[in-house]
Amino acid sequence: MSQAPIDSTGISRGSLKSYLTGFVLSLILTAIPFALVRRGTWSASAALAGIFSAGIVQILVHLHYFLHLDTSSAARWNLLAMMFTLLILALFVGGTLWIMFTLNYRMM
Amino acid sequence: MMTTEASTMGAAHNEEVGPPDTVAMQTFGFWLYLMSDLIIFSTLFATFAVLGRNYAGGPTGKELFDLPYLLGETLFLLFSSVTYGLVMLAVHDGKKQWVLIGLAVTFLLGLGFVSMEIHEFQRLIAAGFGPDRSAFLSSFFTLVGTHGTHVTFGLVWMAVMIAQVAVKGLTSPVQSRLMRLSMFWHFLDIIWIGIFSIVYLMGVV
Repeated sequence: MSQAPIDSTGISRGSLKSYLTGFVLSLILTAIPFALVRRGTWSASAALAGIFSAGIVQILVHLHYFLHLDTSSAARWNLLAMMFTLLILALFVGGTLWIMFTLNYRMM
Repeated sequence: MMTTEASTMGAAHNEEVGPPDTVAMQTFGFWLYLMSDLIIFSTLFATFAVLGRNYAGGPTGKELFDLPYLLGETLFLLFSSVTYGLVMLAVHDGKKQWVLIGLAVTFLLGLGFVSMEIHEFQRLIAAGFGPDRSAFLSSFFTLVGTHGTHVTFGLVWMAVMIAQVAVKGLTSPVQSRLMRLSMFWHFLDIIWIGIFSIVYLMGVV
């Protein structure tokens, strides 16, 4: 039947292979930070860096394999909107942390 | 090709599929909504980052969080994301029966996640560690609760879609709604990655 709606949308459907690849990668990227915290062999700062990196990579895996976001022309507007949102997000989160964690210095 | 299909679909089912690229416009519009939702979550994450270590003499994340339990919640949501992906493949192949089965499985997995979260909240509040205990717990309940509310609304939407697929079949409007729900569902899983990393795991380290 009508396949047009789904193919013409910015985010395409994917394939069994892409979902399974994304699933396996996500499982690994979930297991790594949990194991890091559970073992506790790394120093706190190294563990934080590990958790943070695994999280970022897993978000990229989800965007690519589950939401099929790429630079194809159909997804370009979605990507552009997301880039702009990430800029706002960086201003919000970065600005908040910058101000709140330097309050002492600023109030002197 | 696409124009003919879309307009016959619209005429056949008398629903709001107008010009050929209406569906693409709706999808992009929904994506913009998700991006604004991301802004909401980013402010809540920023709030948690500022307040998350102010325990007011109360319990810390390390004392409260149960990692195996958290892993269970995470896997429920991850599995449901994958089963929803399989639903979209079945939609594309026009296999109505598999779409219904997949949606039901996804719904149950999502329900498992929400039930576990509600149980966790109940446990915390019963122990006297509700959102009024400390700034850490206020920001924790707001951030995690907002995500849980989103998932709950996603479940309501999914129940409606199960009924629509069963009654109307895989018509063009129904397909386009299933597409938007899939975006919503995957988006919520992505937010959850941020929550279990920043709120839970970093709180336990």
